[in-house]
Amino acid sequence: MANMAQAIRMALHYGEKHLGVTDIFGEDVGMPLGGVFTQTQGLEKSWNTPLDERGIIGMAMGLAMAGERPVAEIQFADYVYNTIDLLKLAGNTCWATNGDWNLPMVVMTPVGAGIRGSIYHSHSFDAMMTHIPGWKIVLPSNPLDAYGLLVSAMQEQNPVMYLPPKALMRIRGEELIPGEPEDQRELSKMIDAPLGDRSKWKAKWPALEGYSVPIGKGKIVREGKQVTVVSYGRTLLLCADAAKELAAEGIDAEVIDLRSLWPYDWEMIQASVKKTGRVLFVNEDTEVTNFGEHLIRRTVDELFYELLAPPRLIAGKFVPGIGLSDALERASVPQPEDVKSAIRSLALEQP
Amino acid sequence: MSRPRLVGAEKSAPSLAPDLLVRMHDLMVKARVLEERLIQMYKQGDGYFWIGGPGEEAFNVPLGLLIKKGQGPAFDYLHFHYRQSATFLAMGEEPIGALRQMKNTATDPYSGGRNFAGHFSKRAWNLAPVTSPIEVQYAMAPGTAMAQKRHGGDGISIVTGGDAGTAEGDFASCLVWSSRPGNELPVLMIVTHNKWGISTASDTQQGPKNIADRATAFGIRNKTIEGNDPVVAYQELQEAMDYVRKERKPFLLEARVSRLFGHSSASGANMVEGELDCISAFEEKLEASGILTRSQMDEVRERYTAEMSAMAKQVREEPQPKPEDIWNHIFFEGK
Repeated sequence: MANMAQAIRMALHYGEKHLGVTDIFGEDVGMPLGGVFTQTQGLEKSWNTPLDERGIIGMAMGLAMAGERPVAEIQFADYVYNTIDLLKLAGNTCWATNGDWNLPMVVMTPVGAGIRGSIYHSHSFDAMMTHIPGWKIVLPSNPLDAYGLLVSAMQEQNPVMYLPPKALMRIRGEELIPGEPEDQRELSKMIDAPLGDRSKWKAKWPALEGYSVPIGKGKIVREGKQVTVVSYGRTLLLCADAAKELAAEGIDAEVIDLRSLWPYDWEMIQASVKKTGRVLFVNEDTEVTNFGEHLIRRTVDELFYELLAPPRLIAGKFVPGIGLSDALERASVPQPEDVKSAIRSLALEQP
Repeated sequence: MSRPRLVGAEKSAPSLAPDLLVRMHDLMVKARVLEERLIQMYKQGDGYFWIGGPGEEAFNVPLGLLIKKGQGPAFDYLHFHYRQSATFLAMGEEPIGALRQMKNTATDPYSGGRNFAGHFSKRAWNLAPVTSPIEVQYAMAPGTAMAQKRHGGDGISIVTGGDAGTAEGDFASCLVWSSRPGNELPVLMIVTHNKWGISTASDTQQGPKNIADRATAFGIRNKTIEGNDPVVAYQELQEAMDYVRKERKPFLLEARVSRLFGHSSASGANMVEGELDCISAFEEKLEASGILTRSQMDEVRERYTAEMSAMAKQVREEPQPKPEDIWNHIFFEGK
């Protein structure tokens, strides 16, 4: 099974071969490195840029304006903050021109904690990004979705923000990407660049298929009747594990992987909450003005009389950064025990 | 009484054909009357905000005449700022669109009543949406230029901004990205230098004598010109454009211009004393050389004044956008 970095690489290869992707670029995206997480190794359309995030986003907007189909990368989400006004501009271009211009571009930038990335390599971007209308925003939690969401993003007529969790770049899924060989060692020989001199190396791509995950569609990763848990990205895995463990205690949690943050699958959340009457939202972004707060507001507005307990949010602490020390990082973002105890207490709460 | 002398005009005037000079004069006056009408509309309550480029006509009209107009990478991409109605009119745009945008009607062809005056946009002519944040356009121009270089042909990306905005990092980004060794891009960077950033004098903020000098460090050809003379502007623009079109490399052109009505309605939109008026200066020259008479030039102004007065009346009767229109075009609805 491919890991997430390989899945992204294969999706980009599929994009440059079949979806008209003309440029895949950013800091260290081209060879010899092929991305700090190896996610862009061996691609034909990849190239290295100056260390200039505003220039990268501006370049993507210009290329998209001129009919090209760019995929731009900001190396870490922590560095995309200095492009916020350009992101706002990309998001409002269609609206501001009354539908005359559109920007078919993808920006990908790895998010979140979990790699001991300290203050400048651990930020989340979901709250900030969902505050900018005009973008579609996706956040995969496994390699197959990472592939399928990126394939969808590269077919969009609108700007798409693609946010792979840094900490999941090396995880393997349980499902094969359509076309990838079953043996992961074989896949590695085909598409992982060798150490040392890479100047003559070329990837041998498997015959991939255009598998796509529709933007806006969530996924129920575990069915349950007692409490709904909605998450995405890295914390989705914590939620799925917690639900599995709590099943032994007789707690039956339903876990939803939102996958797309905008548009998002409200129908799926709504149906689940109507079934369980209890909902917990989990993510690792800082908790004040968190995207989960929006989901709670909507839950209260539309589902108040369905609820058996107040909706809850588990999120990152509202502190200026993630400290490097293990103790500091763990205290800053949700941990398995936090999620487990929140699900447990919510499931057992009686009106 | 002695007439003001135009820098560089003495030697260059004869090389432009009289009919071109007449055409430029006509467009300069048309653009000025349009801006005056927009200011009047604002002052009469037919708009919320005015910003525009009266004073820059001598540079902006020649620019519009020299643009390779069309859609797609074979034609010029235009990353303008909000002082370029004269360029747009010189390209052949009808002035009523600007009035509709000022009145923020549903018929506003650039934004459907959503954006400020002077914030033009026209995909059919490769005119990228004009934005209020200054200088963001400099970050985008290398993108369209890269597509054009790849496409082949002689289309170029033209990006314009003011002197104050060159303090922003996006201006530096444009210098860096358009001059990467082996990947030079066909970008014509233009700075119209009017010596002001809202109310702040440029000589209190800008160290270099000429902004164009900054391009030298990047190996980018550059020049500072007198932008208040349409003949000089035409010839210098033509030379810079020829270079960018043929060599597929960037050029930075700095044009010294006037700002006749201040920054925007925020600073009153009243005529500022002491600035050279490029139209008056050009008219004296046209009259002295016998190309146009005073009465012919007065007739041009009167005709446009009457036309735009009628347009303003028409626009006043046109519908405003509906509240539910806010939900349209958040995402692209075409294919």
